[in-house]
Amino acid sequence: MKEEVIHLKSLEAQSFRHFDLKKKLRISESIIQGLLFFAGILSIFVTIAIVYELGKEAMLFFALPDVTFAKFFGTTKWQPGIGQYGIWALVSATLTTSTIAMLISLPLGLASAIYLSEYASPRLRSILKPILEILAGIPTVVYGYFALLFVTPILKSFLGEDLSVYNMLSAGLVMGIMILPLISSMSEDALSAVPRALREGAYAMGATKLETSLQVVLPAALSGIGAAVIIGISRAVGETMIVAVAAGAGPNFSFNPLEAAETMTGHIARISGGDLSYNSIDYNSLFAIALMLFLVTLVLNLISQWVVNKFREQYE
Amino acid sequence: MNTPNTLPYPQGNAFYSTLRKRYLTATIWQSLFLGSLLIAIIVLMALIYNVIDGAFGYIAYEYKNSPSEFTATAPNELTKEELLVILKDNLSRGAYNKLDEEQTMETRSQSDLLNLFFERLVRLDTKQTWSMTESLSKGAEIQAEVAEKYPDAVLEFRSWLTPQFLTAPMSSRAEFAGVRTAVLGSLWLVGIAIAFALPIGTGAAIYLQEYAPKNWFTSIVQTNINNLAGVPSIVYGMLGLAVFVRVMESFTSGAMFGVTDSNGRTILSAGLTMGILVLPLIIINAQEAIKAVPDSLRQAAFGVGATRWQTIWHHVLPNALPGIMTGSILALSRALGETAPLIVVGASTFISLDPDGPFSKFTALPIQIYQWTTRAQSEFHAIAASAIIVLLILLLTLNATAILLRNRFQRRW
Repeated sequence: MKEEVIHLKSLEAQSFRHFDLKKKLRISESIIQGLLFFAGILSIFVTIAIVYELGKEAMLFFALPDVTFAKFFGTTKWQPGIGQYGIWALVSATLTTSTIAMLISLPLGLASAIYLSEYASPRLRSILKPILEILAGIPTVVYGYFALLFVTPILKSFLGEDLSVYNMLSAGLVMGIMILPLISSMSEDALSAVPRALREGAYAMGATKLETSLQVVLPAALSGIGAAVIIGISRAVGETMIVAVAAGAGPNFSFNPLEAAETMTGHIARISGGDLSYNSIDYNSLFAIALMLFLVTLVLNLISQWVVNKFREQYE
Repeated sequence: MNTPNTLPYPQGNAFYSTLRKRYLTATIWQSLFLGSLLIAIIVLMALIYNVIDGAFGYIAYEYKNSPSEFTATAPNELTKEELLVILKDNLSRGAYNKLDEEQTMETRSQSDLLNLFFERLVRLDTKQTWSMTESLSKGAEIQAEVAEKYPDAVLEFRSWLTPQFLTAPMSSRAEFAGVRTAVLGSLWLVGIAIAFALPIGTGAAIYLQEYAPKNWFTSIVQTNINNLAGVPSIVYGMLGLAVFVRVMESFTSGAMFGVTDSNGRTILSAGLTMGILVLPLIIINAQEAIKAVPDSLRQAAFGVGATRWQTIWHHVLPNALPGIMTGSILALSRALGETAPLIVVGASTFISLDPDGPFSKFTALPIQIYQWTTRAQSEFHAIAASAIIVLLILLLTLNATAILLRNRFQRRW
C-alpha cells in the first residue's frame, strides 16, 4: 500500500497529471456490490426470522397461565387441548427412534467408509459410491412407505403380535438406513484426508491393513467422524416423514420400540396437516416444539463444526 | 542362541501362529466392512423391489351396475358425445353440475369421460388387491380364492402405473386417481423455488467468495449458512406458515393483485418456503464452484484493467456456471422430494383442478404419496407405489442431467 502511494506521488511529481489513477467511484459497480451484499446477508435474516417467529409464537404458548416450564419439562402427557403439556411424551419417541437409527447407521456407515477409503480399488469404489449416493437421494416419504409396508410386515413375522402396526422400531431402522450414506460419506472424507505417510509408516512397522486402518488412520480421522456422527444425530432428530408414516399417530410416553409413539416432528406434521386455527393453543404449542427442534439441531450443528475445527489433526 | 529372549515379541513358531491370527482377524474384519456396504445395497434393492412389487398385481373387482344398463355398445368404443349423453342422462343434476363446474364437461377428453362413466355410473368396486410377487407365485390360489369369496368379481392383472395414471386428475377412488395435478403442482413449486433461490444464492456466493472481507462478520455469515443447511425441513415449514402464509397473506394469496378466492396456503407460499430451504444448499455449491476457478484468471482480467464486476461477469461466472448448475439441479431434486414443509404450509390433500397460477391451491407428488400410503385400503398403497415410481424417475432424470453436466463441462485447471 505504502509503496503504491509513494509511486503515485512520484508520478504526480513528474507531472503526469492527465493520468488520474485514483480509484473512481463507479455507480453501477457499487449498486451491484450492494445487491450482492444484500443476497449474502439474506441468510442472516432467515435465521433471525426463524428465531423471531418461532420464539414469538412459542412465547404466546408459554405465556398461558396454565403452561409452566415445570409442567412442560416435568410431566409425560401431551395434549394441549385439555391442559396436558408434558413434552416428554414426544421427546421419548424422538429419543427412541434416533437411538435406533444411530445404532444402525453408525457401525454400518463407519464400516462402509473404512472399506471405501482403505480397501476398495478405485474401480470398485466407482461402482459402490454411486449406490450410496442413490440411497442418499431417495425422498424420505419413500422411506416412510418402505418402513410401513415392507419393514414392519417383515418384523411382524419375527416378533408376532408384540409389534404394533405402527412402531418406533421399523421407523428407527429405516431412518438408520437413510442416515447411513451421510455418515459414510462424511467419515470417508475424513479418512481419505489422513496423509499417506501415516499409513506407510504403519506398514513399515509390519502392521496389517486392518491394524493400520483401525489403530492409525481411524484415530487420526476421529474429529471428522465425530462431526459426522453429530450431524447424523441432528438429521435423525429432525427427520419427519419416516416417523410420520411409520411410527404412529398419537403421543405416547414410552421407550419401548415395539410400541407406536409420535415424535416431535411427527406431531407437528400431523397437527398442522389437519384443520388448524391460528392463535389456538394447538397452533402455538407447535411453535414451541419447533423452537425446541431448531435449538437442539442448531446446538448439534455448532458442536459438530467446533469438533472439526478444534480437534482436527493438522498435517503438513 | 545368542538372541536375548527378553524382548516381549513372540519368536519362532509362536511368531507364525500370532501372524496367522492377525491375518485371520484382518480377513474377518474386512468381510465385515464389505458386509456393511452390502447391507446398504441389499436394502436399496429391497426398497426398489418393494415399490415395484406394489405397483403391479392382481385386482378383484365387481361392477355395482352392469355397463349394459347404460349402453348397448362396449364402453371402450363409446365416443365422447355418446358418453356425454349417457352421463347427462344418468347422473343426478347436482352431481353433473358439480363436475361441470370443476371442468366444463364438453372440454374433457374421451378417456376422462370414460373414467367418470366407470367411477360414477358403473361404480367399480374393488374387493381385494395382491402384490406382484403374490400374483405371480400364487396365481392359481388367488383365482380359487376369488371364485369362492366373490363369485361375481372379475380378476385381472393390473398395472397401476399406466399412461392414464399420469394424465388423470385426483379422484377419491384409487382405481381412477392419477397424478396429473400433483405433478403439475410439484413443477410449479420447484419452479418458484429455483426462480427465487438461484439468483439470490448465486449472488450470495459471489459476495462471499469475491467481495467479502475476511473478518468476523463474514465468518458469522458463513457459519450461519452452514447451520441453515442443517436445520430440519419441518422448521422451514413452520417459518413458511408463520411468514408466508400468515404475515404476508395479502401477497401470497394474491389479494394484492385482485385474486379473491384463496387464503395464504398457495403454491407461492410453498414455493417460497422451498426456496428458503434450498438456499443454503445453492450458496454452498455455488461457492465451491466459484472457489474452483483459478486466481490466475482473475488476475489476468484485473491486469488488463477490468473492474471487479467485469472480471466476475465475464470470467469467473462463465467458468463456474457448470458447477453452479449442477448444484442447482441437486437442490431442485431435494425440493422435489421434500414433503414435511409442504404439509405444514398447507398443501391440500384433495384437489382435482390443475393449478393455474401462483395463487392457486396445490398438492404435490410427495404429498400424494404420503396421503395414499397412510390410507388403510391396499389399492391406495398400489397407487402410492406407482406415484413413487413416477417421483423416482423424475429424480433420476434430474440427477442424471446433473452428472452429465458435470462430466461434460468439468475442467481440470
